[in-house]
Amino acid sequence: MTDSATAWSAAALVVQRDLRLAFRRPGEWLQPVAFFLIVTLLFPLALDPEPARLRALAPAALWVAALLASVLAVEFLFREDGRDGTLEQYALSGQSFAWLLLAKTLTHWLLTGLPLVVAAPLAALSLGAPATAMPGILAALLLGSLSLSLLGAVGAGLTLGVRRGGALLSLIVLPLAIPTLVFGARATDLAIRAEPMDGSLYLLAALAVLALTLAPLAAAAAVRISLE
Amino acid sequence: MNWVWFHRFGSPPYFYSVAGRIVPWLAWPATLLIIAGLYGGLVLAPPDYQQSDAARIMYVHVPAAYVGLMAYVVMALAAAIGLVWRLKVSHAVAAGCAPIGASFTAVCLVTGMLWGQPMWGTWWAWDPRLVSMLVLLFFYLGYLGLRGAIDDTARADRASAVLAVVGVVNVPIVHYSVVWWNSLHQGPSLLRKGGPAMPASMWVPLVLMIFGCTFYFYAVMLMRARAEVMRRERGGQWVRDLLIKGGENP
Amino acid sequence: MLDVSELHLWRGERHVLKGLSLHLGAGQALQLLWPNGAGKTSLLRVVAGLLPSESGHISWSGQAVATDPLAYCRNLAYLGHDLALKGDLTVLENLRYSLGLRGGVTAAQLQAALQQNGLQAQGGELVRHLSAGQQRRVALARLALWQAQLWLLDEPVTNLDAAGQQLVASAIDAHLQAGGCALIATHQPLALGSPGNRLWRQPQEAA
Repeated sequence: MTDSATAWSAAALVVQRDLRLAFRRPGEWLQPVAFFLIVTLLFPLALDPEPARLRALAPAALWVAALLASVLAVEFLFREDGRDGTLEQYALSGQSFAWLLLAKTLTHWLLTGLPLVVAAPLAALSLGAPATAMPGILAALLLGSLSLSLLGAVGAGLTLGVRRGGALLSLIVLPLAIPTLVFGARATDLAIRAEPMDGSLYLLAALAVLALTLAPLAAAAAVRISLE
Repeated sequence: MNWVWFHRFGSPPYFYSVAGRIVPWLAWPATLLIIAGLYGGLVLAPPDYQQSDAARIMYVHVPAAYVGLMAYVVMALAAAIGLVWRLKVSHAVAAGCAPIGASFTAVCLVTGMLWGQPMWGTWWAWDPRLVSMLVLLFFYLGYLGLRGAIDDTARADRASAVLAVVGVVNVPIVHYSVVWWNSLHQGPSLLRKGGPAMPASMWVPLVLMIFGCTFYFYAVMLMRARAEVMRRERGGQWVRDLLIKGGENP
Repeated sequence: MLDVSELHLWRGERHVLKGLSLHLGAGQALQLLWPNGAGKTSLLRVVAGLLPSESGHISWSGQAVATDPLAYCRNLAYLGHDLALKGDLTVLENLRYSLGLRGGVTAAQLQAALQQNGLQAQGGELVRHLSAGQQRRVALARLALWQAQLWLLDEPVTNLDAAGQQLVASAIDAHLQAGGCALIATHQPLALGSPGNRLWRQPQEAA
């Protein structure tokens, strides 16, 4: 039986290690945010930037961009550790593999998902969303980006080491992300219209909790298969 | 409970021979049911009072939707069994389901579009059921893509099995989110099955078609699974014996 | 301590391990000198639990591994082709993180391990600045610090000069003397001093 104190300290070590590695190579971690901002910029450029129309478009633009940026980011969640044997050692460490992968995914979310959430108000304002909508937008994206990272981990685990796995990863993760997209965009739309958005937020939270509990198990199974 | 029969199914030659014996019992009824259903639906049944002849496409569209969805569930079940009990035959069955399920789903989408065009003048409408079917098609494509991208058969089996199980949990979630989305936006709710209660002349051919397509699915799936099993076991003694004997079944 | 019986493994279409059995007692080392492609790495990975076998039974200290895989993992140390060292972390950081997952380690123990492997000056160096041989010695230091009873080593002397190879041999000897056992895949036999050292040249022969 794994000692629970050791389990927490093991998770803490995984988090610390990944954070330290990220700070030594910060370039990679800025890409998803940059991608997010560029994609949201593309929408008004592709349309006539009439304010009312942009505001109506804002939820869609924000969420599609967030989804795509998430999928882009999750591609390198397991890549390096898979290549240099670190994931193997995690599997052999005597700790629950799913638990360690959860710690890894949450760290990855901290470094790629959270910046999206922070950048979202900027993007939303540029699309004409009122400032009053910001708390709602932040809450929705916080929950949504968490789900996306966790779902992405499952896809990343399945396509680990597969050549040209990027497109396949998108094909696998994007359909799974549709509920998050639907509820998230709805929540954002309600926030922009200053209407109560509790229902949608609860649904987003439910999806996040489901992902939090089930995705690590699926990801662990997937990574083990990829390591064979 | 005696689980021996279950593990015997896992034996490739046993599966090959039993499946081979079952296939004709599925294929012939399938042919007859489909012919009867198509004749009943396309020729005998009266035109729908609202949609006239175009509604006849329902005799293909509805069974296709049903089989498309059922194939995914069967695939996920076979995949789960293959994962848990490590039965290669089960993985072969899952591999057999996927192309058929994907094709039926595609047929459902195309017939849905063909139905929509004369009725509402549009090739595509964001009806929740159509959208769910489209997402299901993407789940299939993801599964097939993953299988194709991994060279090692055992690893491809197991990875796609995990994906199938993850998918089967998500399909209802996606479906309900799409229905919820649609209810917000009050899109045109097309494809209402027949309006008022269907007379027997309409629902009997429909049921025949559904059964016929189901039998067809299982027949073709077993044929594919047998071929897959033989392909994987081609180095094995029983395959060599089979070819030397020149017979159909070991 | 380690009992493997009737192990069958297929990799793709190839029947790699055909009903293989072996036994490793305390203080014993088994060197797999099989030709390339005969399944040395696969066998090590199956024993490590990274690769599931089609059939066969593995038990450790009389207990089947399948009943408590996590406990079994804590008793073994696997050193594969990939050293699992992060190039962007220093030697000490790498060791600390790796050992922390398996129970703690003191600074003194770390220093002693580095000293033993001739790396005392490299503690603060980023691993990607080390040579391949030095990296392998870091992995060796980590191996000893893991304090596992079963060592599974896949070609441990690759990239090592004579001095390095001697280090590996003495480390394994020390491990065996302390009552551990080792399963080693290697191209050339290692000169181990222990009496429990066995060589297995062809997979078809019995262990």
